[in-house]
Amino acid sequence: MSYSITEPSNRQKWFAGVLVVGYALLTLLPLAWIIATGFKTPADAIAYPPKVVFTPSLEGYVNLFTSRSRVTPEDLAALGPPTTWYDAIVRQYDMVINGPSRYGERFMNSVIIGFGSTFLSVFLGTIAAYAFSRFKVPLKDDLLFFILSTRMMPPIAVAIPIFLMYRQLGLSDTHLGMILLYTAVNLSLSVWLLKGFIDEIPIEYEEAALIDGYTRFQAFYKVVLPQAATGIASTAIFCLIFSWNEYAFAVLLTSGTAQTAPPFIPTIIGSGGKDWPAVAAGATLFLLPIMIFTILLRKHLLRGITFGAVRK
Amino acid sequence: MAQIVIKNLRKEFGAFTAVQSSSFTIEDGEFFMLLGPSGCGKTTTLRMIAGLELPTAGEVYINGTEVSQKPASKRDIAFVFQMFALYPHMNVRKNISYPLVSQGMPRDQVRAKVQEVAEILGITALLDKPVGGLSGGDRQRVALGRAVVRDPACFLMDEPLGALDAEFREHMAQELRALHDRMHATTVYVTHDQLEAMQMGDKIVVMNHGVVEQFGRPQEIYDWPATTFVATFIGSPAMNLLPFEGMVGNGATSVTLAGSEVQIPKMIGGDEGGLVLGVRPEHVHLDDAAGYRGRVMAAEYLGTTQIVTLDTPLGQVKARLSSSKLVTVGDSVGLRFDARSISLFAANGHALISTANQRVLHHG
Repeated sequence: MSYSITEPSNRQKWFAGVLVVGYALLTLLPLAWIIATGFKTPADAIAYPPKVVFTPSLEGYVNLFTSRSRVTPEDLAALGPPTTWYDAIVRQYDMVINGPSRYGERFMNSVIIGFGSTFLSVFLGTIAAYAFSRFKVPLKDDLLFFILSTRMMPPIAVAIPIFLMYRQLGLSDTHLGMILLYTAVNLSLSVWLLKGFIDEIPIEYEEAALIDGYTRFQAFYKVVLPQAATGIASTAIFCLIFSWNEYAFAVLLTSGTAQTAPPFIPTIIGSGGKDWPAVAAGATLFLLPIMIFTILLRKHLLRGITFGAVRK
Repeated sequence: MAQIVIKNLRKEFGAFTAVQSSSFTIEDGEFFMLLGPSGCGKTTTLRMIAGLELPTAGEVYINGTEVSQKPASKRDIAFVFQMFALYPHMNVRKNISYPLVSQGMPRDQVRAKVQEVAEILGITALLDKPVGGLSGGDRQRVALGRAVVRDPACFLMDEPLGALDAEFREHMAQELRALHDRMHATTVYVTHDQLEAMQMGDKIVVMNHGVVEQFGRPQEIYDWPATTFVATFIGSPAMNLLPFEGMVGNGATSVTLAGSEVQIPKMIGGDEGGLVLGVRPEHVHLDDAAGYRGRVMAAEYLGTTQIVTLDTPLGQVKARLSSSKLVTVGDSVGLRFDARSISLFAANGHALISTANQRVLHHG
């Protein structure tokens, strides 16, 4: 019995539309709230009932990027008029700017560690997946299962051994240490995802390249890699999302030089009281890179998440 | 161009033996067919010639050089895959020029060569198109272009027409054959389609279960099958096989089928016990004077001919008769076989040697 796919009725379309819009609102609302809070004054941020309409202010961003100290009104008056617009904002609260905050450094740490570990996970994952897909590896199935099994418990369950190991090895609070750690966590996902993609690339392409006079390695990077681009891109997004957002290990293993933004952002609130706008501003900026990265690769991602299901 | 010699080639995949021990010679410039059902080892044999599989034992000589353990890239061969294996991320021109680029040929030479090949294959208009949007036939032409462009010692083709529509296949088969006749390149061609093999091949090797069953010119194989497998695999409908108990001696010229005498080619040597008589459907005639009789079960009309199925004492017989011959289902008719074209097989399936097939079958 054959069946045909019919055009959905208007009611079905309407229902689907409501569902999609509803879900989008549900997931985007917290995001919108955070972005909005970043532009509120501290008073507006904690106002009850919550303010939806407010006068935008850059106070949160100024507080995010600066470290300030409170001075007496007399001292403030002695300083003369504020020289910059951010000075003016700060002085409303009887404060002066001492210098930049650590947010910039922490953000850069996140970039280095996040992208570094993503690159390493995808690079190692690709060559491992290629080997598993194409060569006779002894105990192949067992090895693949072993690799998968590293993800069978939450990584944080091994936090204490890792903490002790890192202390012994001098990897605590280093960029290398965090890159290695996130790579180790992401690698199993990366190997499995990429193996699926590479399995889908017919081996004839490489054989054709071999016959056309190329070596195995040339065949790999000239023929297999371009075709695995989709898989590599979507794997990279998954890996980056994990290492970018990771909080628990970052709290545990970093405190200074290699501290990433996630553990840093909440500490903003501790110093100057209830500085929610600064926290929100930090979170907003922190969202941007991954948002841009995902938007740039979204076509690949859309095909990537249906990996194995669709044949070109 | 090249002569290819296969000697005692064997391939095992773990406990499974894909190719038992093949030996045959492909002469320079020949269009050579490797024919057999799926799983018979024909593709494995081809891949061993190509260097995509390394044989467990045996030798492969291309132009007198033993290459069985050499990598594919060092064998100077071109391979056309069933699914074409055009590089999907490159356009037609890049696909065709790819083998030349690997040799480090200068750009302008590559360009000229690609142009020349594209003209031969009639695909100049496609050169700058991506391969994704091409039709099956055009992909096939591009794949051929990629093979032809480097003037290899030989062409190896793994069911190159298998992925095409039936109507287009015929056309492409002619194009392929014409291309071969123009280039005179040694070509080894794998197919499971016996018609394709008969139509295109200068020579055919028939394989089954990893064993070479027969090796020869299409007509020799068709007329004088070496085994009952070849007899049934080649030809549509297949050769009629009638098993009987009996004895043929040296010089015998007839056998007794269900009590009636049937003329056969003069035997050399002989056998007794369970024997099989084989006769092609076109060599079966209806003749009321004949002693061997059968009842008409069905008649399929095929235009100029018809296939008549007859129920006989030793089994079903299909006869290819002229459509003008009137047959009525249910009628009892006499069957006469062309004496000169009959094959006899021993119980083990091997053909018995007669004066008719001794030229073709050298063994025994």
